[in-house]
Amino acid sequence: MTTSTLSENRFKQILRYVRIPPVFLFLIVIFLGGGLLDLFFSDGQIFKNPAILINIIVRTVPLGIVAVGQTLVIIGASIDLSVAYTISITAVMSSYIMQGNSANVPLAILVVFAIGALIGLMNGLIITKLHINSFIATLGTSLIIKGIINATFSNYTGSVPASFQYFGYGALGPIPVSILVFLLVVIAGWFLLSRTKFGAHLYGVGGNAEVARLSGLRTDRVLIVAHILCSMTAVLTGVFLVSRLQAGAPWVGPDGIYDLESIATTVVGGTALAGGKGGVWGTFAGVLIFGVLDTVFNQLGVNPYLKTVLRGAIIVLAVASYTYRSKKEAA
Amino acid sequence: MTISTITSPAGFTKFLLSLWGGIKKIPPVYPVFFVIFITLGLINPTYQSMSGILTFLRRSSPLAILAIGEMMVLASGGFDLSIGSIVTLVVVGSSLVLNNDPANVSSAILIMLGLGIVIGLTNGLVVSYLRIPSFIATLGMMLLVKGGALYWVGGAPQGYLTDNWRTFGRDYLENVPVFGRFPIALIVLIVIALFSYFIFHRTHFGKQILAIGDNVRASQLSGVRVRLVRVITFVICSLLAVIGGIMIGGFGGVNVTIGEGLEMQTIVACVVGGVLLTGGKGSVPNAIFGAFTMQAIVNLLNLLGLPKPYTDAVQGLIIIAAVAYVALSTRKKR
Repeated sequence: MTTSTLSENRFKQILRYVRIPPVFLFLIVIFLGGGLLDLFFSDGQIFKNPAILINIIVRTVPLGIVAVGQTLVIIGASIDLSVAYTISITAVMSSYIMQGNSANVPLAILVVFAIGALIGLMNGLIITKLHINSFIATLGTSLIIKGIINATFSNYTGSVPASFQYFGYGALGPIPVSILVFLLVVIAGWFLLSRTKFGAHLYGVGGNAEVARLSGLRTDRVLIVAHILCSMTAVLTGVFLVSRLQAGAPWVGPDGIYDLESIATTVVGGTALAGGKGGVWGTFAGVLIFGVLDTVFNQLGVNPYLKTVLRGAIIVLAVASYTYRSKKEAA
Repeated sequence: MTISTITSPAGFTKFLLSLWGGIKKIPPVYPVFFVIFITLGLINPTYQSMSGILTFLRRSSPLAILAIGEMMVLASGGFDLSIGSIVTLVVVGSSLVLNNDPANVSSAILIMLGLGIVIGLTNGLVVSYLRIPSFIATLGMMLLVKGGALYWVGGAPQGYLTDNWRTFGRDYLENVPVFGRFPIALIVLIVIALFSYFIFHRTHFGKQILAIGDNVRASQLSGVRVRLVRVITFVICSLLAVIGGIMIGGFGGVNVTIGEGLEMQTIVACVVGGVLLTGGKGSVPNAIFGAFTMQAIVNLLNLLGLPKPYTDAVQGLIIIAAVAYVALSTRKKR
């Protein structure tokens, strides 16, 4: 009797130490459920073919990278709705500057990251200095970016040199480069949040900005940095997309609904919209859920509109899987 | 120097000060709106005439109705992102239900109102009982309703909207004294505005919405039935979205993107109308004028003849400026 409770406690201790977000459980359920459906109603590729697993992850790379940035700002109790158009402006600008010439690649990368930093800085400054709610502020900047893109570009612009497509299609051994980059971004996000001063400050600002300020944090600066990092991840997503599409188009960002989907995956991953709680590993599982769903739907040949319906329902269910036990009223 | 000449300037300053005190109490949305609207009138004299003003009000009525509903949800501390999809559902769904037969109009409207109640009820129950933040719950609902609507009609709109269905958004009452022609959309707005003004500002229910938005725990402890109030708020918002959708359908053609982005526009309209996104603050007339301001901005940019992309960019700038102005002037008063 006592030994069993003891080992149970030990088990709980280990679990607490490893701190696996509950969303991973949901991911496993979705994966097994989807795989079984696939086995019975389709050709069962999900369980039989390891290549499809790689494919699932590659599918999630663009959303995943930007979702890491979104996780940072949401932990800081902010939000970024401008990522979709940041992705678009990156895609068109980089392919416009490259014009199919490898020599222009460094310049293009430099320019798009500078644009990203500028957008993030602008978001951060508007939110912290003008005291505008982040939702409205980033909605405003996203309209501004949208206007600028649509005034200058209307269709596919320029092209990407073959060497640059390595990011989108290349592989190191069996693992695609894009997955490695994605994992690097996730690990960098994890390191930043849990192993650096900036991360601790960000949790503090998100948890209670006033307390953080009174304990001597420069809260404005922390939030501005978080917004710059978020825009940078959006830029990286844009660069990845353009490398896969081989030319940038102004609609790549809004068409992927990267703004709302990155927020949804972050919250599905257990990061609180109110800030101060969460992490990138949950977000990682969140985007994988979306990737698995997409693959399962494709395997089963689900009607595209029904796909949207199911997506909406599963976002709600995934979040419900850990909120229904909470004692606090949601708003 | 006689006394009177000394006291009268003093009295005058006092009067000016009290006048200034009164002016300072005016919510910032009104000066913002009137500055933009007067600019409109200076550029295009149509906006100085009664019919021009009425046409403007007719055009902005749907957004104002959406804003009233959204304002209530925002005041309770929540978000409703599903209203744009509801508008799409109403327009494409009605064109299917009407089946090109004007006799079906009442059943079409009843079905849509029924769907609105179901959607609002689901939103409210999911937020209250599964404790999902409304931002995510209604985001899921937005995808669900949009996908459902498109699945229902098979991806492209079927049929057209009959003229009697379009009456609410498009038509005028003829031969009205003083006004001449009076838009029906504006009558709908006035009725809804009065009704919701009463509910929101004159009943316990309205006070309870604000109390929840301000502090859920405190209102719970003082006996507010938080879940009930929240569910009703979401139902009201969805119902008003259905009504707004019927009116928006009156203006334009049937297409599947008609409601896209409306939820964001409406939220911005509410924020311009002084609503705090963290909840606990809101007012029906201010939200209506927030919507009018948004419509005036769009009209102004169209009038200036800017191409569409520039209109987006300038709109973004104006939104930030207007909200900054509202936020800063509210901050000072505290």
